[in-house]
Amino acid sequence: MSFHKHTLANGLTIIGEISPSTRSVAVGFFVRTGSRDETPSEAGLSHFLEHMVFKGTPRRSALDVNYDFDRIGASYNAYTSEENTVFYAAILPEYLPQAIDILADIMRPSLREEDFTEEKKVILDEIGMYEDQPMFCAYDHARKAFFAPHPLGNSVLGTTESVGALTPKQMKNYFARRYVASNLTCVLAGNFNWDEAVKLIESQCSQWSTGDAPREYRTQATPRELLTTITKEKLNQEQVILIAPGPAADTKERYAADTLTMIVGDDTGSRLYWALVDPGYADSADLSYHDYDGAGAYFGSFSCEPEDTAENLAIIRAILTDVQRDGVSNEELAIAKSKILSRIVRGSERPMGRMQALGMSWTYLRTYRTVDEELQSFDAVTLKDLRDVLDKYPFDQLTILALGPLPSLTAT
Amino acid sequence: MALQVHHHTFANGLTLLLERMDHVRSAAVNFLVPAGCAYDPPEQTGLASVFSNLITRGAGNRDSRALTIAFDSLGIDHSESVGQLHMRVWGSTLARNIAPSLELFADVLRRPHLPPDELEPVQALALQDLQGLEDDPRGKAMVEFRRNFWPAPLGQDKRGTPESIERITPESVQAFHRAHVGPHSTILSVAGNFEWPALRDQVERLFGDWQGEPAATLELKPALGGQTHLEKDTTQTQIAIGYASVPFGHPEYYDAMGAVQVLSGGMGARLFTEVRDKRGLCYAVSAGYQTFKQLAGIVCYAAALTERAQETLNVTIAELRRLVDGITDDEVQRVRAGLKSSVIMQEESTSSRAAAIASDWYYLSRVRTTEEIQNAIEAITPGRIIEHVKKYPPRDFTVLTLGKQPLVVPE
Repeated sequence: MSFHKHTLANGLTIIGEISPSTRSVAVGFFVRTGSRDETPSEAGLSHFLEHMVFKGTPRRSALDVNYDFDRIGASYNAYTSEENTVFYAAILPEYLPQAIDILADIMRPSLREEDFTEEKKVILDEIGMYEDQPMFCAYDHARKAFFAPHPLGNSVLGTTESVGALTPKQMKNYFARRYVASNLTCVLAGNFNWDEAVKLIESQCSQWSTGDAPREYRTQATPRELLTTITKEKLNQEQVILIAPGPAADTKERYAADTLTMIVGDDTGSRLYWALVDPGYADSADLSYHDYDGAGAYFGSFSCEPEDTAENLAIIRAILTDVQRDGVSNEELAIAKSKILSRIVRGSERPMGRMQALGMSWTYLRTYRTVDEELQSFDAVTLKDLRDVLDKYPFDQLTILALGPLPSLTAT
Repeated sequence: MALQVHHHTFANGLTLLLERMDHVRSAAVNFLVPAGCAYDPPEQTGLASVFSNLITRGAGNRDSRALTIAFDSLGIDHSESVGQLHMRVWGSTLARNIAPSLELFADVLRRPHLPPDELEPVQALALQDLQGLEDDPRGKAMVEFRRNFWPAPLGQDKRGTPESIERITPESVQAFHRAHVGPHSTILSVAGNFEWPALRDQVERLFGDWQGEPAATLELKPALGGQTHLEKDTTQTQIAIGYASVPFGHPEYYDAMGAVQVLSGGMGARLFTEVRDKRGLCYAVSAGYQTFKQLAGIVCYAAALTERAQETLNVTIAELRRLVDGITDDEVQRVRAGLKSSVIMQEESTSSRAAAIASDWYYLSRVRTTEEIQNAIEAITPGRIIEHVKKYPPRDFTVLTLGKQPLVVPE
């Protein structure tokens, strides 16, 4: 296992971790941009642009892009979050040159007007798809309630209206602003030759424009305690989301925060599991930690029969209060560490998983961390670390949102 | 680097498989137990699912909490899921923890407490699962599609009905365990960095004296087929289309896979290109292959906004019918590349391999080598796929739609 790094004159950073025993190689471009970097009139643009990247370049039509990926048997896709847009492919080692050729090419898309019009229809359909998924809707509303006016509350998809109003000119401006070379990182992991990969990437990407792509509001949100109910009479179950502030991605406290949510809200064996799922009160209940650039949050969620919602909410609040006051036990900490260790090791075995972890670590910390270093950081978490993170980011200030058939929900 | 597969079938019928993968730190364990929901008593559908939830609520000398702590302390991610014919008990952790994991799984399968006082919470969860399905248009559409497409009871929903869940008793759960969970026809597969002799000895010790009768055979009723619309006030219309294919292990299996890949193998495949890329009709469209031992089918799925649903259905069906008109060399080259990559990349995952070797053994009574699969993929040609599609043409569709308006299946 060896790590390498190279930065081109225009600011594009290339990082790679070689593991000769793997059978594939994964390569991805991480763009530090997402819905939080959109102005209100651009809502949904980052995600729409992610689709348009696959619609062709001066060298390739949209069909050529897909055909070329398929010809090398690539597993490829892209995703957009609040603050990252990632394009990636996993291939057999012999196809790395072609994969780099396609990925680097599509990172400078043509953004043709006729493709824009056609693809807008696909995005509107995708928005419709998520409208039919209650848990997704609840998350989107809850994030907005928690973060707004902080831009981390922006919806990744946008709305039918906001996407409907987008123009090719807006997209070209956004692209010029956000896709400058210095705002991208090319990440490789698996079985490959570093020098060869750098040469290929350099030959294709050294002409990319450079410049700054600053990000505003790299601060924590300032949420209010809030309980909102969104009534959807046609639904059968009630979905509830709870959000509380947590540490940001570039803090050491994130290890403690992650460990804490494993103890309180993992989908099995956690405090929430025993209190809500095991007795059959809610068919799912969890608490997880999400770290962002300059901000962080704990997200709790559960779904259940509408009439049980208030009681279940009271149970969760009691657990959070309990943990906040008394902390957790040594035994709980030890078990959480075993689960984390196993998940990290297994998640890192495939180049695709490792490439994602490397990319995220670089995006937020600008450092390389081996799997073992990451394991050591979790292993070093103590009960005092958990106490400190609880004191600094208490659970008791909650933004709560319920979506489902209930006309209203009151806190008990 | 050829992977080595070891095999042993014990006197009681239990089959043990190991694929040795020495380049990874993890290992996965996979039990394929012939205890799927198709064996649910007709009056108590949902029983297999309820049973699968109960088996980890205490087993051997551990109660529910102690068992969970034991699993978690070993870092085992595990699941007990119910399919049509099999219950799959799966676990994955570091290779060094596999031996103690097997002790726990032996307790779960052979000595579950199935505590009567835990039945009510599990029934409550099962009822919520049914309720949740009503809020999940895609899931609901696929459940109702399967009910029509496959001969009963192969297509029945593992969730059962509210009434059938209520009828489940502690005694029926015990009876299900006695009748369906035993060594006969059960396949235990392990993949990862693990020694064969040690594994075989341990499994002999844990499962060698396990007794049980062969599972009952199923009587199948003819499939309903036809076209069904379920009216629901949703933003999108869900569309599922199915037609018969050849089962896994059939001489033309790889040609059938070739046809599916031409339709839906990558983003350059026909359905994605024609439905999404060229016409912008919808976001999600795909085709997949599903198989039992004696019968198989191709199932297409799409979801589109109400006003574009009819055209989505028309274009999808037209693409199925167009297969016989011709397939290019370039298309088949892409198909081969995609299939070959996925075969090799699967070798990086202990979970994938544990599942794959168990599946091969169930269908073929042997495990295919990578080389055999590669050669078969290499032999796929446009001519062979077309001949296959002529023999097994896309027709007699089972179609299920769910949404605001019914659709018309094109002639």
